[in-house]
Amino acid sequence: MSTVTHALAVPRSNAFKRFFTAREVPVAGALIALIAVTYIVNPRFLSPQSTKDLMLNATIMVILAVAQALVIVTRNVDLSVGAILGLVAFGTGTVFNMFPAIPLVLVFVIGMIFGGLLGSINGMLVTSAKVPALVITLGTLYIFRGVLTSWAGSTQYFSGDNPKAFGNLSVDTLVGIPIITIIAVVITVAVAMFMSSVRSGRDLYAIGSDPDAARLFGIPVGGRVLSAFIACGALTGLAGVLYASRYNSVGALTGSGIELDVVAAVVVGGVAIFGGSGTVAGAAIGAVLLSTITGALTATRVDKFWQQAIVGVLILAAIIIDRVVSLRKTRKLRANEAKNV
Amino acid sequence: MSKTMTSTSRGHWGRRFIGHDAVIFYILISVVIVSMISVNYFASTLTVGFLLIQVLPILLIAMPMALVIVSGEIDLSVASTAGLTSATMGVLWRDSGLDIGTVMALSLLVGVLCGAFNGFLITTLGLPSLAVTIGTLALYRGLALVVIGDQKVASFPMELNAFVLSKIGNTGIPVMMIFVVIVIAFFSVLLHFTPFGRGLYALGYSPQAATFVGVRVGHAKFWMFVATGVVSSMVGVFLTLRLASAGPDNGTGLELSVIAAVLLGGVSIFGGKGNIPGVVGGVLLIGTLTYALRLAKVPETALIIVTGGLLVLSVVAPSVIAWGKERIRLNRMHREVQGHNASGTTRA
Amino acid sequence: MKLFSMSSRGGRIGSIAAITMVTALAVSGCAATTDGGSDGGDSASTIAFLPKQLNNPYTDVVLGGGEEGAAAIGYDFEVLGPLEASASAQIPFIEQATQQGTDVIAIAANDPDAVGPALQTAREAGAKIVAFDSDTNPDYRDIFISQVVAKDVALIQLEIISEQIGGAGDIAILSATATATNQNEWIKFMEEELESNPDYADIKLVAKVYGDDDADKSFQETQGLLSSYPDLAGIISPTTVGIAAAAKYISTSNYKGKVALTGLGLPNEMREFVKDGTVAEFALWDPARLGYVAAFAGKALVDGTITGAEGDTFDVGDMGEITVGENGVAIVGPPTRFNADNIDNYDF
Repeated sequence: MSTVTHALAVPRSNAFKRFFTAREVPVAGALIALIAVTYIVNPRFLSPQSTKDLMLNATIMVILAVAQALVIVTRNVDLSVGAILGLVAFGTGTVFNMFPAIPLVLVFVIGMIFGGLLGSINGMLVTSAKVPALVITLGTLYIFRGVLTSWAGSTQYFSGDNPKAFGNLSVDTLVGIPIITIIAVVITVAVAMFMSSVRSGRDLYAIGSDPDAARLFGIPVGGRVLSAFIACGALTGLAGVLYASRYNSVGALTGSGIELDVVAAVVVGGVAIFGGSGTVAGAAIGAVLLSTITGALTATRVDKFWQQAIVGVLILAAIIIDRVVSLRKTRKLRANEAKNV
Repeated sequence: MSKTMTSTSRGHWGRRFIGHDAVIFYILISVVIVSMISVNYFASTLTVGFLLIQVLPILLIAMPMALVIVSGEIDLSVASTAGLTSATMGVLWRDSGLDIGTVMALSLLVGVLCGAFNGFLITTLGLPSLAVTIGTLALYRGLALVVIGDQKVASFPMELNAFVLSKIGNTGIPVMMIFVVIVIAFFSVLLHFTPFGRGLYALGYSPQAATFVGVRVGHAKFWMFVATGVVSSMVGVFLTLRLASAGPDNGTGLELSVIAAVLLGGVSIFGGKGNIPGVVGGVLLIGTLTYALRLAKVPETALIIVTGGLLVLSVVAPSVIAWGKERIRLNRMHREVQGHNASGTTRA
Repeated sequence: MKLFSMSSRGGRIGSIAAITMVTALAVSGCAATTDGGSDGGDSASTIAFLPKQLNNPYTDVVLGGGEEGAAAIGYDFEVLGPLEASASAQIPFIEQATQQGTDVIAIAANDPDAVGPALQTAREAGAKIVAFDSDTNPDYRDIFISQVVAKDVALIQLEIISEQIGGAGDIAILSATATATNQNEWIKFMEEELESNPDYADIKLVAKVYGDDDADKSFQETQGLLSSYPDLAGIISPTTVGIAAAAKYISTSNYKGKVALTGLGLPNEMREFVKDGTVAEFALWDPARLGYVAAFAGKALVDGTITGAEGDTFDVGDMGEITVGENGVAIVGPPTRFNADNIDNYDF
């Protein structure tokens, strides 16, 4: 029997080609183009203070985008991140108010555990009730926001109430990069490596592509999705702690409305809304891009009213590119299969 | 097997009276009755007027939204369309010198364009509606800001504002409700009594099957998004006249309230299930409950939690009930199968 | 699964229930007293405070004063308000106050015109309208309690910034929302003064930005200001949220000590920044007195002592008497300047 030796004749694309067709390239390209153009128009855009601001502004968005990407890859979404951010940020203020001498590391741990707990509520509802995460997290968005508002009332914690060292995290730099930005970068790299190399990370992609097939394959879908939500919550909690360090006050309205921005950043960064593809690196770049737009618009003195519209156009462009790319890939795969028949 | 294994209903009537939307209405009626008795000032014509005007925008947009969700899609850009319409109306009225009727008509055109753009992206380019409408949510709201900037336009004719808020005789029911009832009736007929409507259910259940049956999928989806756009712009016009002020932030946050109400009313987020009366019930339930609790001096924050809790409950409960029914059915089946296998004797 | 017929059967039950519901509402309207307020005769009179938004520290101080005032005049005190500073969110609370038959509605308006129609309805139901802090269109209210003479607020901030930048340089304004009446009034006076006063001939106003009383937005607007106008000598922020956010940014950046910052701030929020040198001096008044006077003005209106016309005087408990100025505006007192010397004496 003639064995079809070319059964797996997928053309070995060289690393060069793979690099350039990676989904992150258009986003990164857009970011670089944006910075370059703005710099040409207004060189002060890259002054030390300005760059520092850009990095600081992006930090929290990056962590939130990485967290959200974990969930979106599994074909879910978490709309309650804004409320979780607010709850943890306010919680941080409360903790410092009650224990002024508490070691900073402990505060971070408490924040992440708190966030993880809230994320687990989402995760358990989604996995046990078999209802789309969109609906569940919409409900928990209302519930968490309500809890935060009644807990906080009109109390606000100001940065003056926190230990100096805590506030300095957002000011001090290491080789010119703010400390909290370094934290964000480390997290992005860690999660990216987890998603691409560790088995349970790769399972998330499988679940997003086809949950039923993943289940048949033996992947514990419920457990993985629950972990994704817990991780998302914990990372959002971390972002909440950093928020309290960076901004002047935390109160009942902290984090309101940030959820759609985060989802937008993730989509722009190449993560498909129906799961199964995209990387956290892309999501992180998407977050940087969106938070840089504000700065770029003011630096070029473009009417800031255009900002929202530009964000909308970017999202649509990202989705269209995704679609075109995936259509091409499907066609190519189909053509390859036909050859092998 | 002579006995069918499918779960036979305990009579059709039992199912009808405990269907999802019937439950919603029972809860609604009990809320109204309890409020009339225990909440001060609830039982008055003012309630009817204030309440209905407050839920009017949500009720109107919930109609096309129900159709969109039944067919398996979603539209998050409705509030932004309303905002863009409001901004356009303001700028036209202030700068163009046209009479108010023409201004309103042109503003409705904005809704048509917004809906058509959504429809084009979703049907012709085949993009996922969730992602597209997140994009157009930002785009339309952004365009509203570009059109009118930070300003508000407040010089609308007072007679129109008075008309929009006027009531029918002494009943306290706003005159605008007549219009709303027409819209509800229109979408009701469309969804429940026309082939187009039945096609939407098929679409939601399975787009491929629908195509095979002959439903023109692209055509249906496109016109639905246009309908959503038009109704959103009507709401934009309404809000402008009601507030006597045109601004880009009119209607912010409306989309989540609409979706929450629609889902509460029994429309399944997966598509293929739900009906208009249920949606009307869902909107009225959230609206009345919020209103009554507020009047009873319950703090605003508790109301937010209640709305969220209702939403979660309304989608989790059917799942739990279905899970429970499934277990009962499986148990019954196991028992029957065991009975048959046990030395051939059939158990009763 | 009988997909289509089930929906229309469920729909039938649903529509019957819907008709029942609407009838129930209409019946409740017709059968009840025509306006719920008339049966409140034996209980104490009520005053409802409607601030721009809840959970705002400045507002809380005002409300504290209002509560004291209400106790002094023997009225029941309540606070109603939205969680976000928007006019359309305020309206349901005006309606609630109307429905409860409140005698005095004290409101700080997010938009001078948008709240108008709702206030009209309230007046028709017999309520007296006292505007405080942020005025409405004079047609819609009986009296406006202003914390200080609006012009003085503007002048004192200009004075402070001029001192700090040495009388010459570019300045910018970081305001709250673009429609807030009080903000726009102060800004207008500042612009007029800059034009006309020869002492300020070398000071130029180069930009006005809006932070919407949102801490994050104000923070980012400050960043934007400083990166687009590197030669900026000073920033005036006549809003407590704005000045705090701007101070936070400047104190953590290279601009500390190079850019002067002043405006209206709360001592507790600003203490840290005065101590570390970011802000040398800023102004405000005693917000509690604002609420206190508003309560007394309301009582005077209800008792018929005043009608809000120019020249009316009314008693303000232990603060003496206040005379109403033109346009129905009553002033509470002069502003206060806060700096490193006296900031520890205050706790709000």
